[in-house]
This record gives sequence, C-alpha cells and structure tokens, in this order.
Amino acid sequence: MRSYDSIQHVRGESKFVDDLTAPEGTLFGYVYYSPIAHGKILKLSFESALKVNGVHSVVTAADIPGENQIGGIILDEELFASKEVHFAGQPIAIVVAEDRVSGHKGAKAIKCEFEKLKPILDPREAFEKGELIIPPKIFSIGNIDSAWHQCDYIIDGKVESGAQEHLYLETQGALAIPLEGEGIRIISSTQGPTAVQKTAARVLNIPMNKVEVDVPRLGGGFGGKEDQATAWAVMAALAAKKLNRPVKIILPRQEDMRMTGKRHPYSSDFKIGLSKDGKILAYQVWYYQNAGASADLSTAILERTLFHSTNSYFIPNVKATAYCCRTNLPPFTAFRGFGGPQAMFVIESAIHKAAEVMGVEPSFIQKKNLLKEGDEFPFGQKTENCRAVKCFEEAEKRFDFSSQNLRVKKFNEENKLVKKGLAVMPVCFGISFTTTFLNQASALVHVYTDGSLRISTAAVEMGQGVNAKIMSIASQIFSIRPERILIDTTNTSRVANTSPTAASKGTDLNGFAAMDACNLILERLIKVAAEVLHTDNSSQIKIKDELVYLNNSKTEFDWIKLINIAYIKRVSLSAQAHHATPNIFFDREKMKGNAFAYHVFGTALVEATVDCLRGTYVIDSVKAVHDFGKSIHPVTDRGQAEGGIVQGLGWMTLEEVIYNDEGKLLTDALSTYKVPDIHFAPKELVVHFLEDVPNPYGPFQSKAIGEPPFMYGIGAYFAIINAMKSFRPAKSIIYNAPVTNEKVLMWLHSND
Amino acid sequence: MEKLITFLCNNELVSVQINPSLTVLDFLRNHRKLTGTKEGCREGDCGACTIMLGSLIKGKVKYKSINSCLLPIADIDRKHVVSIEGLNNSELNYIQLQMIDEGGTQCGFCTPGFVVSLTNYFINHSNYCIEDAVSALDGNICRCTGYAGIKRAIENIITFTGSNDVSKAGPINLLVQKNLLPKYFLDIPKRLKNIRTQIDKKKKGKVTKTNIVSGGTDLYVQKWESLLETDIDFVSDYGELKNISKRKNRIDVGGAVTIEEFLESHLIIKYFPNLKEHLKLFGSLPIRNRATIAGNIVNASPIGDMTNILIALNANIHLRLKGRIKIIPLKEFYLGYKSLNKKTNEIVLEISIPIPSKRALFNYEKVSRRTYLDIASVNSSILLEIYKGKIKQLSLSAGGVSPIPLFLKSTCEFLTGKEVTPSTINDAIVIVKSEISPITDARGTKEYKTLLLCQLIKAHFIKLFPESIDAEVLV
Repeated sequence: MRSYDSIQHVRGESKFVDDLTAPEGTLFGYVYYSPIAHGKILKLSFESALKVNGVHSVVTAADIPGENQIGGIILDEELFASKEVHFAGQPIAIVVAEDRVSGHKGAKAIKCEFEKLKPILDPREAFEKGELIIPPKIFSIGNIDSAWHQCDYIIDGKVESGAQEHLYLETQGALAIPLEGEGIRIISSTQGPTAVQKTAARVLNIPMNKVEVDVPRLGGGFGGKEDQATAWAVMAALAAKKLNRPVKIILPRQEDMRMTGKRHPYSSDFKIGLSKDGKILAYQVWYYQNAGASADLSTAILERTLFHSTNSYFIPNVKATAYCCRTNLPPFTAFRGFGGPQAMFVIESAIHKAAEVMGVEPSFIQKKNLLKEGDEFPFGQKTENCRAVKCFEEAEKRFDFSSQNLRVKKFNEENKLVKKGLAVMPVCFGISFTTTFLNQASALVHVYTDGSLRISTAAVEMGQGVNAKIMSIASQIFSIRPERILIDTTNTSRVANTSPTAASKGTDLNGFAAMDACNLILERLIKVAAEVLHTDNSSQIKIKDELVYLNNSKTEFDWIKLINIAYIKRVSLSAQAHHATPNIFFDREKMKGNAFAYHVFGTALVEATVDCLRGTYVIDSVKAVHDFGKSIHPVTDRGQAEGGIVQGLGWMTLEEVIYNDEGKLLTDALSTYKVPDIHFAPKELVVHFLEDVPNPYGPFQSKAIGEPPFMYGIGAYFAIINAMKSFRPAKSIIYNAPVTNEKVLMWLHSND
Repeated sequence: MEKLITFLCNNELVSVQINPSLTVLDFLRNHRKLTGTKEGCREGDCGACTIMLGSLIKGKVKYKSINSCLLPIADIDRKHVVSIEGLNNSELNYIQLQMIDEGGTQCGFCTPGFVVSLTNYFINHSNYCIEDAVSALDGNICRCTGYAGIKRAIENIITFTGSNDVSKAGPINLLVQKNLLPKYFLDIPKRLKNIRTQIDKKKKGKVTKTNIVSGGTDLYVQKWESLLETDIDFVSDYGELKNISKRKNRIDVGGAVTIEEFLESHLIIKYFPNLKEHLKLFGSLPIRNRATIAGNIVNASPIGDMTNILIALNANIHLRLKGRIKIIPLKEFYLGYKSLNKKTNEIVLEISIPIPSKRALFNYEKVSRRTYLDIASVNSSILLEIYKGKIKQLSLSAGGVSPIPLFLKSTCEFLTGKEVTPSTINDAIVIVKSEISPITDARGTKEYKTLLLCQLIKAHFIKLFPESIDAEVLV
C-alpha cells in the first residue's frame, strides 16, 4: 500500500512549511542571537537595524504581552534573552523584514554589548560547582554494596559519548497568521503542536482556544522538533501580532545548527562485577548528563537513561545514579532513543572491558546475561513476552557468528595494515512515554457521502510513516480501499491536548485512537445494514472489500450505498475517540513501576574494516534480527529500522559536534558536520523480521519501531575498536564516542 | 543590473528580466512556485536542491546534475532547467514507484533531489550498473532511510531499464519510451536551437569585469547575499576559458573548465590515467559539474584537492591582465593564508600541466572525516621517477598543514638522489615535520594532522613501491 505522502514526495509536490503559499504581505523573521556563551546583556541597540531597507521591526523581550517563558517541563527558558545570555546561539530578538536577505542585513546591524561571564562547558565541572537542574536520580535493585564480595572480577572505567546534530533536512520553521480578534493561526514544523499552542498562549497572554496550530508534515524530526520547534513558532506569532501581518521564520541551516540543542553528551563512570563464568552480578554507574543551559526535556531524558542502564541484560544488583548538569551550551534535547543510547553505550563498554580483562569474547558475556521471561528491571517492571534470547539466538544462527569470527580472525592474520572487527549488539527498548500521563491520544474520523474518509489524530507525520499505518488500520477496519482515506494535517482545533509525536509511540497511541473511532462508525454502519437487510443479529453483517455481506453472502449494498443510507437515516458518520495506554504507572518517589506497555527486542551483528595505515574505516555490514511484532506496514518498518541503524552508526563514528573553549559551535555547517552518505552506509544492511511474534499491546499486534533500531549502531563502535585492537593487541581500549578517523589514527600510532 | 534571461523551465519557455546573480533555487521556489526543489543547506552539501541543467552541444542536449543553491540564473540562459516537477508524468514513473515501494522515501524532503540525480544518471549513461548509479548520488544526503531502500530501488530500476540495452537513439529516447521521462524531452534540442536563433545572441568570449564568477561553488557558499548586489561577469561558458588542449609537452586547461570536464577529458585520461579515480574524492558530482580548476586554485584553500594535485604535477598558471599574460609556477602562487601572487583584476586564463614522463609515478592521498563529499583533513600528492634505483624529479605536496597549499621543498630536495628504503622515508618524515605548521580546527587537531601527513607520505611509498617497501617495517 502506497501512502499519500510518499506519492507526493517522489513528485516533489508535498508541501512543507516553507513550500506553502504564504498569504499576501507575509514578512520574514530573522533571528538575532547571542554570539557569546555566557554573559550579561548591558545594552541592546537596534536603531541601525530599523534603518536597513526592507526592515519593518525588531521584536524583543520588551514586546511580549504575556510571559517571556517557553520552558516545557521546568519553567527556566526565556523566549528572548532579556538580561543574561546562557549559550552562544540564544535568541535575543528577531528582525522582521520584507524578505530573508534584508532580515539578515538587519540582524547584522544589531549591536549588543555584553559583560562576559565564564562559561561552563563540561558536565563534571557543572556537577562540581553544584549546577544541577534537578536533584540526582537513582535507580537501584538488589544490594550493590554486598554484591561486590561475590564477584570474581570487578572492573571500572570511564565512558564518553558525544552530542549528535539531528540534521533533519528541513530546518526549523513556522508561519504565523493573525486572525480576527486576538486569534492566531500557526503553521509549524513541530512534533508537539500542543506545546506550541500552549506556549504561544502563555507568551501572547491569550487563551489556548485562540491559538490554532497546524502541522502539515515535517522534513525529519528525530526528536529535534519535539520541544525545540516551539520557540520559532512563538516568535513568528509574537511578531505577527505586533505587526498584524503574517510572519514566517525559516532558520537558515547554519543558524539552526547554532541555535538548537542536540543529543545530550554524557560522561559516565562504571563499575561492573562478574563471576568467573561470566555472570554479571553487580553494576554501578554514574551518568553526568550535559543538559545545556536550560532543562528542556533533559530531566525526562535522564530518566530514560536510567531505564535503559542495563540494556538487554538481567543484573541482580544495580545502582545507577544520574546527574542533570547545567552548562552554557544550547539546551540539549530529545533525539531518537532519548537518553537510552547513551546508557546502552556505557553498559556495552563495561561488558567490552570486562571481556578484555577476562580474556573472553564480549558476546560470551552478552549472551550469558540476556533477559529472560519474568526477569526484573532495576525499576521493578518484569519482562513479559521477552524475546531477548530468541533474537540473539536467531541472529547467531542466521548470521552464523562462529564462522564469521573465524573468517575475521583469518583475515587479520593474513593482513597487517588492514584489520577487521565484529561486534554483537543486543537491544532492549521500553515502549511508552515514561511520563505516564503523556500516553494518551485521540482521533477524529469523518466519512463523507462519496465514501471518502478524512482522519485527524494527534500524530505528526515526519517520515516515520504514521500516516501510512493509520491509513492501513482504517482501511482494514472498514475493509475499504486505502485510496479512499486521507490522513489530515495535525491540528489542535481538530484534535486537542495532544502529546508530542515521540517516544516511538505515534502509531501505538494514535493508531488505537483511530481504530476506536473507526469502530464506532463501523458499529453504526453495521446496525444500519442490519436494519435494511432485516436482521436483528448484526453479527451476521460483515463488510468485506467494500461490499456488505449477510451471513457470508454478498448483498446489493456496497460501501457507498451503505454510507448514503446511513446519511439519509440521519446516522452520524463522524466519530471521535480517545485512547490511553492501560496498566502503566511509574512512581517517581520510589523510582519503581510498570513504566512500559512492552519492550522491543533485537540483536545485530556489525562488521567493520580499519585501514591502520591511514586510520580510516568502513562499516561493511550490519545484520539485525528485530522483533517488529506483526508489522502493519512492512515497507515503513523496514525503512525505520534501516534508517535508525545508519543514524546510530553516524552517532558512533562520523558525527562529531565540536564546541570551542568559549562554547562556540565549530561544526555549524554540513561541510564540517558529516552525516552518513550513500557511500558510508554499510554495503550490506540486513534486517530480518522475527517471525510469529504478535504483540498484544500494539495495534493489530504490531510493535513500535521508531527508536529501537538506532541502538544497533552502537555495535559499530565496538566493531571498529575490535579491529584496532588486532593491530595493537597490547594496548588498552578507550571508550570515547564518536570514534572518528582522528581517534582511530591517534590510538593506533601514538605511544601513550 | 538586471539582465534578460531566456531558457526552458521544464516544459515551458521562460524569458525574464532579472538580477543575474539570483540563484536558480530562489528563482524556482519564489518566482515560479516550483517548491519541489528544496533548500537544505545552501552550500552544496545536501543535494535537496538538485536540478538538471541541459545545454545544447552539437545538436544534442547534455544534462548535468547541479546544486541550484549555488547556480546563478545567469548561467541558465538558453539552457533547459529541469526540476522535479519537470520529470512528472500524470502517472508515477518507475523511478518514483520504486522509491516508494522499496522504502527510498520517508520524510520526503531530500526525495526530489534523489529522483533528479537518479534520472540524470540514467540520461547520461548507456551501460547501467549499481555502483555508478550510487556514485551519481554522492551529492545527495538522506537522513531518514539509511540509503538501503534507495539502493534497492536503483537495482530494480536498472533491471527494468535493461543494462547494455540502450537503443541507438540514445538514452533519452529509451527513457521516454519507458516513461521515465516525459515526452517533451524529445523536442528539447529543437526548442533550445530555436531560442538561440530567436534571440541571436553571440556567445561572448571575453572577460571584461573585475568581479567574476565561474562555477560559484565557493563564492555562493560564502556570500550569496552580497553577490546579489555585485556587478558580475559570469564566465562559466566563455569560450576562451573552456579549452583543454595539448601543446608540445604540456596540457593546457582553460580557467573555466570544470572538474568533471577535466576528469572526463580524453587528454587527461590519456596522460594522467589515475586522476579520474582520485578526483572522485573531489566534492560530489553536482559540485564537480560546476566547480572549476581555476576556482580551486584562486580560492587558495590550504586543503584544495585540485591545488594539491597540481602543485605536485608542477603546473603553471597563466594570468591575464589587459591582454598581457604572465606565467607563474603554482608552487609560487601562494604568499600567505588566502593571499595570492595575483592582482585583483588579473584572471586565470589557463593552467598548464607538464606531461610527466612515461616512467613517472603519481599518487594522491586524502583523508577526510567522511570519504566522499568532504573536505580533507590532510591531503598529499607525489610525482616522482626512479632512475638507476634512485629518486629523480620528486615533487611532493601537502594540504591542511600550513596556511597555504604546500610544496614540501626541503623534503623533495632531501629525497632526490636517494634510494627508496624505509629508513630514507623515516628520515624524510623528520624533514616534513619541520616544513609544516598545522592548526587545530574542526578538521582535526594539529597533532592529528601532523601524524596523518606522515602516514600519508608512508602510504605514497607503500602504494608506489610495494616490492621495495616492507609496509610492516615502515608503519
């Protein structure tokens, strides 16, 4: 089934915010931002900006009728810096002009004097100085202190993982159109329309019912537009109100990279204890999360780090401590995996180092400790339908780990300057917002008298294929051609109080809501059919392939006829439904609870080749066995898996976000920040769908797919360092991602 | 400053009086509302804005994929601009279908660029293979799919199109037959010819203004906004700058010759057989289709690929000022960071490259963060001959380790007359280190760049002398 969106995409006809025909008189907003990472604003003067040809106005904090506040979870972030700046790239004003070029000229003409303050860039330094956004969070199980005595091996170490730029191809943007009265209509490229609506209302000091937010689609989000799309939308709305003209803000790429937050860098310490036979008995870990200048979603991300501190393994004694450290960098934010990948990289590093000390393969320890049915996570939930072992064993068999190991060993014996490495990467990822109340969604379904449908949900389409899946769900429920169904834009006037499309939950939540709404209409239609077919028993009625069946035989009624009869009989052809994930809870006092509706499992094998002369590498293959549940839309699910894997590879290898000592971003363009291209993507990318694995907690037995595959990419780090290790077997490995060409060469050839 | 520009925009004849510096990206999106062409980065690094540009050459239309964000509208005069919209039939074509069915599109923002680049590949080749098609997408970034679906789509399209099965009528006829191109493509040569005769404009030959833009692949990245206010000579088509010719023992390459024209030229393939392979590391296909040799030289980036190669090849540049020509060895062209031994209004007329002797050996090494479409951390080229077991006529260059593209003069002097042995190379590396002054930046720390250059110099010798150099001893 081809989705409407994909058909538009390949023809170049799909409309993103900047592609929409803007109303006549639309002005362009150009953001002026802090050039320094930390300081007091002494004087802001923009008179010369106003003199630039084409500039209409400069909008600052002084123009805000409501609160100058855009914080989502914690109210600690100004829309425009008013007294102090806390990171380089923090918005101070916008220049509203006829077009982008004059807006840019205006922004360059703004003068701002600062008293510079010393920036903190390192999370451990922030921790030392007491700069914590919230008190430390701790997850624990068993008794860590007594557990160490039982261990034959105790290994500790330090692990670093870097930031990652989302690099959604469509940069942040919004178009705000003033309406009559106090109203405002905002078309935004956001994953969280309600966050935009709520924040705009707060800043503009108007009720939420006067703010309509519409999201046509996103040119990629990956978490980067969950919280951080809000500012631009609100700025456009503010300017539109001030000037009573439509205002569009589209961030130029470099500005987007400088002003927006990325995946959180983490610095972590671990201590792991094992028995002689490779059982992990104890694991203690301290995470120093670099949160950036304000909370954003950092606290929730910190929590998910803790939820995934043990990845796919059962460890009886765990204590995991996480610190949310405030620094003078752009507020780091959601990014596919939401703190989970950072946690998994630490436990995998710990296992890798333990294997090195014990003289065994890491996969030996991995396999030995996989979660089994009923095992308890450090947060108290027990596994259900656990497929960690099933995926691992299937991968082991299907991809033939042992003969691959032999082949690589032989290759490394025969080649002196080129080495190969293999790594196994199991993944276990929890599905649900860990903030329980967010696990709700609603849907609105209209059936029109020509038989076509229009469905609105809270889900935002950003390439993850949620529209295709909802279309497929609706078409299955009614048994009609998918072409009859249109999935509407996401709009706060049609569907209210939406949770952001995030946490891999878009299809689960909205799919169920759409399913419920469709079923309401279906029930009515069946009743109508029963009536016209003169039967009291509506279970004798079925709609199949657009035809109405009575006791399994065709009747004269088809879909369109039935709809029209229902209409004439004054039966409602519209329905709204709300869905809330049942049986989940999490007690933030005790740090215990059934936080997740279910878990997703899988195992990947990654192979890399390192050129030890030049310090370069290629990722030869990634092969994964993944538990998709029963896929609603296999093309979409495969694509999510493949795309997630390559993005994960990027995080571990090429993608390096570099700030200088003053907190200025050096990698602020695609010429310096490199993401995987078609040549870098592995030659062999195999994703095997685990068979016969229905999931009772997903729509039509499906499973969430957005985030979990990302973490297979972590295997690339270990494949590369394993190859490096065969060039210098005596040298100790470092755990510092990304493993760039530079790190490879320096490790291979330096003498420290 | 406005100029009349006449061209075919997809299936439409367009004639506009317009600022010639305006990018084709902005023109398509803002003036024509053809929004399938996207702005992703405005620096030629993502390919979301890729279009095809067709020029009439000897009665046939030659199409090239180009980043429209770096293309001034002046350079589409009398040409055929094809955006994604211009490839649409009423039904989806097979390329489009495969992109959908194999999962080659997710968010859709990069997709038009991929479809255009792919179509351009099929137009420009007659023997289709997956590797070449993948290479034709080296300028397109997709953040969603991981490229796997795109590669599957390519395989299926090649099967559908039929490799080695291109009719004599040429790829365009075949593609129209297979519905991969709209029918109007068949009339384009005639229509372009008509434009030429209608407006009867003489092809200009001479550079007259001080501000010149040729490929624009760097200028449009650095300052597209101020170019809108500059009176510019757009020289990319100027006949006098487009020749590649052999004169005695050298090849002369015109100042506006693009990298792609250079590496596809039969003279270059004949006399510098491995350059084509090396230059695949230069930018991407859309960039190579616009970027010029002269641009790479005067841009003076310490890390330019072409500059690095040409220094080792002992190239000379021919500067012209008011009819007078001055010849300078490229090695002496750079005075300091971005400072040239050239007057503002002197133009690079051509670059002459001495043809190396048949026994000469050449190698180019480049390491960047990402192998393709990336700027080097360090690069190095070497040209040498061995005469009676000893090094003769050595020329060695290094990029990314100094404010200027560097000729390693002392190292060359040291090595000349020596035998190629691991210990000689190690001694030479000590001298290399004394000649360089790398800095720490986004492309690496100075320690890394120093180490990397040493490794690349070893790599030259390991590659060129596999018999006499025991790699294990050297590394």
